[in-house]
Amino acid sequence: MIEIEKLTKSFGPITAVAGIDLKVEKGEVLGFLGPNGAGKSTTMKMITGFLAPSSGRVAVCGYDVENQTLQAQRVIGYLPEGAPAYGDMTPRQFLGFIAEVRGYKGADVKARIEAAVAKTELDAVLDQPIDTLSKGFKRRVGLAQAILHDPAVLIMDEPTDGLDPNQKHSVRKLLQAMSKEKAIIVSTHLLEEVEAICTRAVIIDRGRIVADGTPGELLARSRHHNAVTLVLPTAQADIAKAKLKALTGVASVEQTVRADGFAELTAFPKAGALLIELVSALAVSEKWDVKELYAEAGRLDEVFRAVTTHDAARARESRT
Amino acid sequence: MNYVWPIFKREFAAYFATPLAYVFIVIFLFAMGAFTFYIGHFYENGVADLSVFFGFHPWLYLFLVPAISMRLWAEERRSGTMELLLTLPVPLWATVAGKFLAAWAFTAVALALTFPIWITVNFLGSPDNGVIFASYIGSLLMAGGYLAIGACISASTGNQVIAFVVSVVVCFLFTISGAPLVLDVFRSWAPLALVNAISSFSFLTHFTAISAGVIDLRDVIFFFSLIALFLTANVVIIDLKKTG
Repeated sequence: MIEIEKLTKSFGPITAVAGIDLKVEKGEVLGFLGPNGAGKSTTMKMITGFLAPSSGRVAVCGYDVENQTLQAQRVIGYLPEGAPAYGDMTPRQFLGFIAEVRGYKGADVKARIEAAVAKTELDAVLDQPIDTLSKGFKRRVGLAQAILHDPAVLIMDEPTDGLDPNQKHSVRKLLQAMSKEKAIIVSTHLLEEVEAICTRAVIIDRGRIVADGTPGELLARSRHHNAVTLVLPTAQADIAKAKLKALTGVASVEQTVRADGFAELTAFPKAGALLIELVSALAVSEKWDVKELYAEAGRLDEVFRAVTTHDAARARESRT
Repeated sequence: MNYVWPIFKREFAAYFATPLAYVFIVIFLFAMGAFTFYIGHFYENGVADLSVFFGFHPWLYLFLVPAISMRLWAEERRSGTMELLLTLPVPLWATVAGKFLAAWAFTAVALALTFPIWITVNFLGSPDNGVIFASYIGSLLMAGGYLAIGACISASTGNQVIAFVVSVVVCFLFTISGAPLVLDVFRSWAPLALVNAISSFSFLTHFTAISAGVIDLRDVIFFFSLIALFLTANVVIIDLKKTG
C-alpha cells in the first residue's frame, strides 16, 4: 500500500534521506527506527506530501504523492511529530474541522467524531481548549485526528513520545487493534515499542536503510541472542565460569559482580547453538546455588547501536 | 468552494476564540474615532460628509492590517500546525484563499462596526450616502489589498515580528507609490512608462478615486488583480518551501 522508490531529500548541502526503497503492505506495522536526524521524520513528511522529494517517488494506495497529492492524502492518516493542533479549539471543534475538511457532512461529521473519540478515550476533555490539556490528551487528539477518516494508511511520527506507561499502553493497544486492515508506519525511539507492536522493523541511519526485518530477525543479529545468564554466589563463580566455557556450543563467558554480592555469568553461544538446557542441566549436576537463570531473545539496542552511528560522526559526514 | 469553506470557517472563528479580535476591533474603532474627531476636526469642518473619516483609512490600515496578517502563516509554522494543514486533502490554493477570505471578512466586520459614524453624519446633515457607500467599498477593497500583501509576506517567514515589520514597509510603499517620495527615486533614470506604472500601483490614488463616489471598474479591477497577484505569490512561496 505504500511504495517508496529511491527516495532522496537534500536540504542544501545536507542529505537527509539518501535513496530509500521500501514497500509496506496491508496488515504490516512497520517500526521506523533510527538515531535523531537519521531522516525518519523527513521520510514521513515526504510520504504525506508535506515535503517534496529531491528525487525518487512515493506512492500510497497506487496514488503518486507528488502528482496525485489529494487522492493520496485522502487515504492517509498522519500524526506529525509533536501532535500539533489548534490550541484555542476544543477537541470537538478541532475534530469537526478535520471531518469537514475531509469532506464529511452533517450527521457523518458527528458519527466520525464519536467513533474517533471512543477509540482514543477523549470524551472526558471534549469541550476543553486543547491548549489546556495534558500532554497525553493532546497526543490523543492528534491520534483521533489521524484515524478520523479510517484511513488505509497510517503514518505516525513518535505517537508515544512523552507519554506515561499507561498512556503508551493504550496507544499501542489502539494501533494493534487497527493493524489488520491498515498499513501503519510508526517512528519511535523506544525499542521495546517495536517488540511490542511492530511486525517489521526498519532501522535507518544517515538517510539509508541499514536493517530491515521482523523484530525477531533483528534480535537474532544481537550478540545476546540465545545467551544464557546465570546468577550465583561469588564463591562459586570461578569454577562455574570454567565449566561453562567447557560446554559445547559456548563461544565465550562474561562475568560481572553485582552490588548484592552475587556474580552474573553470561554464556554467549556459538552460531546457532541453544544453551539453556545444557546450562541448567550443568547447574543441577554441579549443585550450584543458582539464584537466577535465564535465556535472552536478544537486545534490540545492541543491534541498533551496531548498525547506526553517533550523531557527531554523522554530522561530519553529512556535510561532504 | 467545498474546500475553502471549512478552512474559512475555522480561521474566522479563531479570531474570536482569542482576545485578538476584540482588541483589534476596539483599537480600530477607537483610532478611527480619535483621528476623525480630534485630528480631522470632523465637527469643526461643518461639512456633512465622511471624507475626513475615510482619509485616515489607508494610514490606519498600514499598521493594523499587518497586525492581522502577520499571524496568518507565521503562526502555523511556529506551532507546527502547518504540517497538519498541508497534509490534509485540500488544494493549496483553497487553503490560501480560505485563510485570506477569513482575514478579509474579519476586517469587514471591524469596518462595518464603524456604522455609528454613518448614522451620526446623517443625523447632523444630509450627506451623499452614495459617496459614503462607495467609500466603504473602496476601503474594504484597499484592506483586501493590504491583507494579501501581508499574507504573502507572512508565508515567507516563521517570525511574526519580521512579518509585521516587512509588511508595514511594503504596504507603505504601495500606499504612497504615487507620491514624489517614491517617484523621485525613479524619475531621474527610469523610463516614463515605468514611472507611470509605479505610480499606478498607489493604493491612495485608487482609493481616493473610489471614495470620490465613483466606483470605476478600473479601480476595482486594480485591487482585485493585486489581491490575486499576491495570493498567487503566496501559493508559490508555500510550494517552494515544500521543495526545501
